[in-house]
Amino acid sequence: MKTVEEIKTAIETAVSGAQLEIVPNGSPSAEHSLLVDAAHAFAAAKFLRDDAELKLDFLSNVTGVDWLDKETTEKVKVTRPVEKEVNGVKTMVDETVEETKKTVTPGYLEAVYHLYSMAKKHGPVILRMRTGNRSDKVELPSLTPIWRAAEFQEREVFDLFGIIFTGHPDLRRILMWDGFKDYPMRRDYVDPDDYEYEPTAHDDVLKRAQAHLAATTTEAAQ
Amino acid sequence: MSESLLEAWNRPPTIEVDGEGELLEVAMGPHHPSTHGVFRMDVVLDGERVIKLKPVFGYLHRNHEQIGQTVGYLQMMPYTDRLDYFCSLTNNWAYALAVEKLVGQAVPERAEYIRVILAELTRIQNHASTIGFLTQEMGASGTPLMYAFREREKILDLFESLTGSRMMCNYMRFGGCRVDMTEAHLNAARKIVTGLPRFIDEFENLLTSNEILMARSQGMGVLKPDLAVNAGITGPMLRASGVNYDIRKVDHYGIYDRFSFRVPLGEHGDIYDRYMVRVLEMRESLKILEQALKDIPAGPFIDPKAKIRGFKPKPGEAYGRIEAPKGELGFYLISDGGTSPYRFRIRPPSFINLTVLEDMCIGQNVADVVVVFGSVDIVLGEVDR
Repeated sequence: MKTVEEIKTAIETAVSGAQLEIVPNGSPSAEHSLLVDAAHAFAAAKFLRDDAELKLDFLSNVTGVDWLDKETTEKVKVTRPVEKEVNGVKTMVDETVEETKKTVTPGYLEAVYHLYSMAKKHGPVILRMRTGNRSDKVELPSLTPIWRAAEFQEREVFDLFGIIFTGHPDLRRILMWDGFKDYPMRRDYVDPDDYEYEPTAHDDVLKRAQAHLAATTTEAAQ
Repeated sequence: MSESLLEAWNRPPTIEVDGEGELLEVAMGPHHPSTHGVFRMDVVLDGERVIKLKPVFGYLHRNHEQIGQTVGYLQMMPYTDRLDYFCSLTNNWAYALAVEKLVGQAVPERAEYIRVILAELTRIQNHASTIGFLTQEMGASGTPLMYAFREREKILDLFESLTGSRMMCNYMRFGGCRVDMTEAHLNAARKIVTGLPRFIDEFENLLTSNEILMARSQGMGVLKPDLAVNAGITGPMLRASGVNYDIRKVDHYGIYDRFSFRVPLGEHGDIYDRYMVRVLEMRESLKILEQALKDIPAGPFIDPKAKIRGFKPKPGEAYGRIEAPKGELGFYLISDGGTSPYRFRIRPPSFINLTVLEDMCIGQNVADVVVVFGSVDIVLGEVDR
């Protein structure tokens, strides 16, 4: 099979404007993956499936990864003028001072696709896509029109991570129930206060549910 | 919980169909005896004919993957038993394989042989019970299932004496196995393997040319090969559609390249082919078992240098997959250098094999939906995770 670098050049020649990047894998398996920009991901995926040499007709695994905002602190040496007394006279002297600098790399959600070929019996080729951030730019193109295998798995990623797959034929929650609001596989997910609670529409239970709802909303408002 | 409760209660059903005549919507499950656990199919019927079917999951959802990201690597091993609780040993193997790939851990010869022996025994008992359940759904109330369970019992007894548990085996370790398979265990396995061909013959005498089984399964629930490949179907279901793809042959994980065995393929992709492929796979598994039990070498059952305490893989990722009895079982792990994985993902074969359930059921009678569903072979512990 072609190496990751060769696949990258093949996609770049076939899909004009596609921005690809090789994401290195530090483990001994050394299966490096290809990061595709969201705008050209669909065309790139179609190429991977239909190309006569690659023929990656089998999408094995689809999953999401949540990368939190990363705060890195590093010590930087800065040279700047400092007031100092030299021989009884105050003068400005350039001095090197060590400062800690904080940089925040914004987090993102990532969708990972493991592709194999049943016809040629090779693989895997690992395809990744990244969202803009973790809150409002969480849309990625759905690859379900290319591989049906992604249908339930993309629904699961939507359900548990909150990536919205545009172009998915039936994007609903799959493991959690429809009224559920949060995304349980996110790294910063906090358990609800009342696990056992299930909303039902009957007398006593309904009253308790409404009381519970009122209590939680006032809590949130405070 | 911003949506009011009554609104949620009164929300229209998930399926909307605009057709002619009167349509009936039936919720099969979650507590239907044929759904193998808590699983629901929302079926829309035109008379007896199915015109739409939507599977509903999640009744057994426990966020297994999040658990995997909070406990250590080795601590997760017993949890993998609970995925597909019929085949805990193959789950163990898939997980061990993924971690071994992540850290570059080698496995000693003897351990590889033990793994193959246990995995193939697991495959046989899984296929036998699956066929038992399938025939039960066709109305054979008990006999084939009891035959299958009689054999399964012998295999589970061996698992119990070896691992301490019948179903939750928790046996594989990174770089080998937990305890050695002694000569007594190997002899017990040999005895089981000698007795199994007779069981499979008996099973086939009972079922293969049975009129009811043929009438209920031939030409039913047909899955075309191109759809099967595109929808990521794996395991006996894929091979029943005629696609030659067995990960034991493709990846040669473990030591499968040493054994001679064939990959049975179906022609029509119907329920009967799925039954037949499973029967033939049991026979091929027996061939592998005979070779493995003959060739098993002496030596360590676990790499003595395998790291157990302070297990911290270097940052990186790995995807390990095996041919589990139900299809491709994969574990995808991302390490950030810590004691527990940054991302722990299971690729469950039975969950993904349900993708085409609707395609196989449309146009069938409602009574056949149960049989089609039974031929997929799922375990809800793995579907819902």
